[in-house]
Amino acid sequence: MSYKLGKHLPPVNGESAPYWEGCKQGELRLQQCASCSHIQFYPRLLCTRCSGRGLSWIAASGEGRVKSFTIVRRAVSEAYEPDVPYVIALIELTEGPTMMSNVVGCDPETVEMNMPVRVKFEPWTEEISMPLFEPA
Amino acid sequence: MTDSLRGRVAIVGAADTEVGKVPHMTPMQLCADAILRALADAGLTKDDVDGLVTCNSMAEPYMYHAEATAEYLQIFPRFCIGVGAGGGTTFSILHHAASAIVSGMCNTVVVAMADSLRTGMTRERAMVTQSSSGHTQFESPYGPTVPALYALIARAHMDTYGTRPEQFASVAVTCRKHAALNETAQMREPITVEDVLNSRLIADPLRLLDCSLVSDGGAAIVLTSAERARDFPHPPVYMLGFGEGYGHEHISQAHSLTESAAGIAGARACEMAGVTPREMDFAQLYDCFTPVVLLELEDLGFCAKGEGGGFAASGAIELGGALPINTHGGLLSHCHPGNPGSMFALTESVSQLRGKAGARQVSGAELGLLHAQGGILSSHTTLILGSEATL
Repeated sequence: MSYKLGKHLPPVNGESAPYWEGCKQGELRLQQCASCSHIQFYPRLLCTRCSGRGLSWIAASGEGRVKSFTIVRRAVSEAYEPDVPYVIALIELTEGPTMMSNVVGCDPETVEMNMPVRVKFEPWTEEISMPLFEPA
Repeated sequence: MTDSLRGRVAIVGAADTEVGKVPHMTPMQLCADAILRALADAGLTKDDVDGLVTCNSMAEPYMYHAEATAEYLQIFPRFCIGVGAGGGTTFSILHHAASAIVSGMCNTVVVAMADSLRTGMTRERAMVTQSSSGHTQFESPYGPTVPALYALIARAHMDTYGTRPEQFASVAVTCRKHAALNETAQMREPITVEDVLNSRLIADPLRLLDCSLVSDGGAAIVLTSAERARDFPHPPVYMLGFGEGYGHEHISQAHSLTESAAGIAGARACEMAGVTPREMDFAQLYDCFTPVVLLELEDLGFCAKGEGGGFAASGAIELGGALPINTHGGLLSHCHPGNPGSMFALTESVSQLRGKAGARQVSGAELGLLHAQGGILSSHTTLILGSEATL
C-alpha cells in the first residue's frame, strides 16, 4: 500500500518509539513487567498491575480475536472515504491486552464476534507502518 | 461525610436559549443569553454572580473560556472555572460548585454552557473535532467516528445479552414522542421503530435515528445555598446526591464493554441522597446513542443487567410509564450542541420539579435522577434532585 495522504498519523513520542519501530520491522511489541510478568498495551512508565517501573519490550504472537467490531458506513474524514465500508474492531491479543485496529483482507460483512485474526503491517509513510488485522 | 452536601445547595434559576439551528447567534452570545435568562428566572442581575462555571466551545474555542465569558459580561467572580467538559462533566462540576458554596467560597454560582456545532462549524470539522476523543496514537489512525466507538458497545451488548436493534430503536421512539410535547425541541415529528430500523446505517448496528442530533444552543442554571434559596421567585430545586465514577478514557482500554462506571456513580449518589432508584419519579439519562440508555438503565439499577432492552421496549420509559426518561426529548430529539448537552436535562428537571413542564409534566414529580457520561462510556456522574418535600 502506498502513502495514506491525509489520514491521521500517530504522533510518535519517546515512550512509544520502540512500539512503532517494531511495527516498521514487522513485529507487534508489548510491554512486560520484570517484577510481576504482567503484559500491557499501550506503553506506559509503570506496570498498571504492580506499579513496577522495570518494563521491557516483548514481541507478541500477533494473534488475537475480535472482541467487538463495527462497520463504518460514513467515514470520519475525506481521507478515509475510499476505505468505506471499513471495519473498526477491538482485538483481544492472545497475550491479554486489547487494542483497536481495522480488520482487513476480507469482506467487512463476514467479520464476526470472536473471529480469530492475525496482525499484518501496512506501511503508511517511511516512518509509520500500521498494525492491521486479517482473518487468521 | 457522605451526606454532607445533601440538600445544602439549590437551583433557583434555570433557562435554555433557542436551540436547534441558531445561525444568528455566536457561541459566546448563546452562553451570555443563557446566563441572562437564568438570572432573570432567579430575579437576579449579573452583578449578583460571584461564581461562574462554563465549558469551552468547539466552534469558538478560548484558551480560558470562563474567564473570557466573565470579561464579555463584565462580571468579576471569586470562583471562575472553565471545565474540559465531556457530557459527564456538566454534572460533576455541579458537585464542585455546590462544595464551593458550602465551603463559603461564594454565594451565587452560575453554570452556563453553549456551543454552535450545527451552524458554527462545517460537518467535516464537527466530526473530526468530536472524534478527537479517540487515542491519538492507538485509536484515531484507524478512522473511528464517534458512532463507531459507541457501536462497539452496542455490538457487545447484543452479543452478551441478545439485545436487538428494535430495542435500541424504542429509546429513539420514546425520546421523539416526548419531544413532540416540547415546542422548543429540534425534532418533533413522531417516528416508529420501523422508521429507525429503516434509517441508513452509520456504523453497524447504529443507524441514523439511533444517533443524537447536532445542534446549536445553550443553557444555564443559578445555584445558591439552601438557606438563601427560599427567597427566590420559584420554589427551589434541591441537590440531594452526587456520585462520580471513572472507568477509562479510551474505549480500547475499557475493562468491560457492557458494564460501566455508571453503577458506581449511581450508587454513590443514591447513598448521599438516602434514596433508591425505585423511588424516582423520572430520570434523565444520557442518550448520545440509543444503546447507552440501555446500559444506564441497567447499571443505575432500574432493571437487571442485560434486561435494558426489554425494559425500554416495554413502554416503562415513556411518560405515564414506571420511569419516564428524557421528558424533554433528550439529545436524540430535543437538541445536542456537544458538551453542553446535559444542561438541558438539568433545566428540564427543574421544570418538572417546579411542576411547570406543561404537556410533558410527570404528575406529582418530587424526585428525579439525572445521569451523564463523557468520553466513550468513560466518565460518569449521577445527580439526584428533589423538591422541598424530599428534604
